[in-house]
Amino acid sequence: MMTIQIQKQLDGPEGPMRLDVNIQVAPGEFVTLYGSSGAGKTSTLKILSGLMQPEAGKITVGDKVWLDTSKHIHVKPQERNIGYVFQDYALFPNMSVKQNLEFALPRQGDPSIVKELIQVMELNNIQQKKPTTLSGGQQQRVALARTLVQQPKLLLLDEPLSALDLKTRLRLQDYLQKVHRKYLLTTILISHDIGEIHKLSDRVIVLEEGRVIRQGTPSQVFVNQDLSGKFKFQGAVLQIEKNEVVYIVTVLVQNQMVKVIAQESEIENLKVGDAVIVASKAFNPILYKIE
Amino acid sequence: MSWEPLILTFKLALVTTLILLVLSIPLSYWLAYSKARAKPIIQTLVSMPLVLPPTVLGFYFLIAFSPNNALGGWLSETLGIQLVFSFPGLVLASMLYSLPFMVHPILSGFTGIHTSLREAAVLMGKSKFEILLHVLLPNIKPALLTGTVLSFAHTVGEFGVVLMIGGNIPGKTKVASIAIYDEVEALNYGAANFYSLVLFAITFCILLTVYLINGGYLKKFWK
Repeated sequence: MMTIQIQKQLDGPEGPMRLDVNIQVAPGEFVTLYGSSGAGKTSTLKILSGLMQPEAGKITVGDKVWLDTSKHIHVKPQERNIGYVFQDYALFPNMSVKQNLEFALPRQGDPSIVKELIQVMELNNIQQKKPTTLSGGQQQRVALARTLVQQPKLLLLDEPLSALDLKTRLRLQDYLQKVHRKYLLTTILISHDIGEIHKLSDRVIVLEEGRVIRQGTPSQVFVNQDLSGKFKFQGAVLQIEKNEVVYIVTVLVQNQMVKVIAQESEIENLKVGDAVIVASKAFNPILYKIE
Repeated sequence: MSWEPLILTFKLALVTTLILLVLSIPLSYWLAYSKARAKPIIQTLVSMPLVLPPTVLGFYFLIAFSPNNALGGWLSETLGIQLVFSFPGLVLASMLYSLPFMVHPILSGFTGIHTSLREAAVLMGKSKFEILLHVLLPNIKPALLTGTVLSFAHTVGEFGVVLMIGGNIPGKTKVASIAIYDEVEALNYGAANFYSLVLFAITFCILLTVYLINGGYLKKFWK
């Protein structure tokens, strides 16, 4: 069991903020940190990996103590053996894909893992290429493979898929799922994509202004507590136009636009940019499988 | 008219640049990543030669390393090193004078590298030295080249410092820029023109090479 108790003063986007989290993660668990930007998600991962120092805190992994500010214990990031995948991939531009993987190999590491990961992550055709010539999805696969070369027990993923298009993202989610199981990893993911979270994680921890405000399975956290069988999505109002006697409101749901007809009374308090829920009660939605 | 001042000039520039490159890498690394309080002061000192007249630098050098003074006396008595009016003195003075031309490009190379690259390497268990050697330096090659060439060209072109500290000893401290001045004083315009033209042509070629390489114009010929 991993226990993380940390406190740190941060400069959030809306002024100073106090990060104060207390999280426990079980071995083999896939946990997602969810919350708006500046909620302290990345800082939590950085502190966990040792790249950032908290003012006070204690991190224990099994019977090992990584951090205990009261006893001045601070295990160096080099000695924690953590796999960390950055949002910008952080591939070394001067090395080919294969060299990137080989560089990550620990001194006494078994070189066969490099070959294995090139197979598992399907990098065969691109292993001699330089990272800058690769697509975003390919780069992220290399980054994931590279971090697994170290054979970490703990994998930290800082919004690894957010810069990718939907199709690539879905494919990479499959890879993530595959390696999480194959290498018996404990994984902590930062993600904003609710679909992705549902697909991958055992548990979601919602952070807000540096604090854990909710946690549970993705369904417990995201699907409304009083399940009424309603069909509803969160979105943002993009446009409100008058059309004869009714109003047409354009709402952005995820990255799709939908148009909703509204009465004058409904749009009274509504302005462009407002967050809304688009819900349907009477109709039976139809599901089409894509691909 | 002889090749001696020209050869001396390029020898001085070469030695200065090589030593400077070796010293500037750790210095720039420290300036880029340290959080020390003294950093702004060191930064200022490194940049001082950009704004100070070279004669100021040369003057203090002359005072400090004169055998009549404590430091200069100690150096010449115990170590047998004489820095005033000698080639080693010229090298030392030129290094100080060209320091910002080496440090600034390398420093901006270091700061231009994404933090995540270093962090990724740290999490792989790599030491600072391994990271410098395998990750940072290979990715700032253009900056290293720029720094090297600028320092070289700048040393070739210096006059004031060299004159103050080195004097004008043929074969020892009489570099091309001083030889030009000498020849003009003696109304030997032909000789002055010879030195000037050679300096002009060589520095032009050096700088052109840098811009060609860093601008990627030569890449298509290599591939």
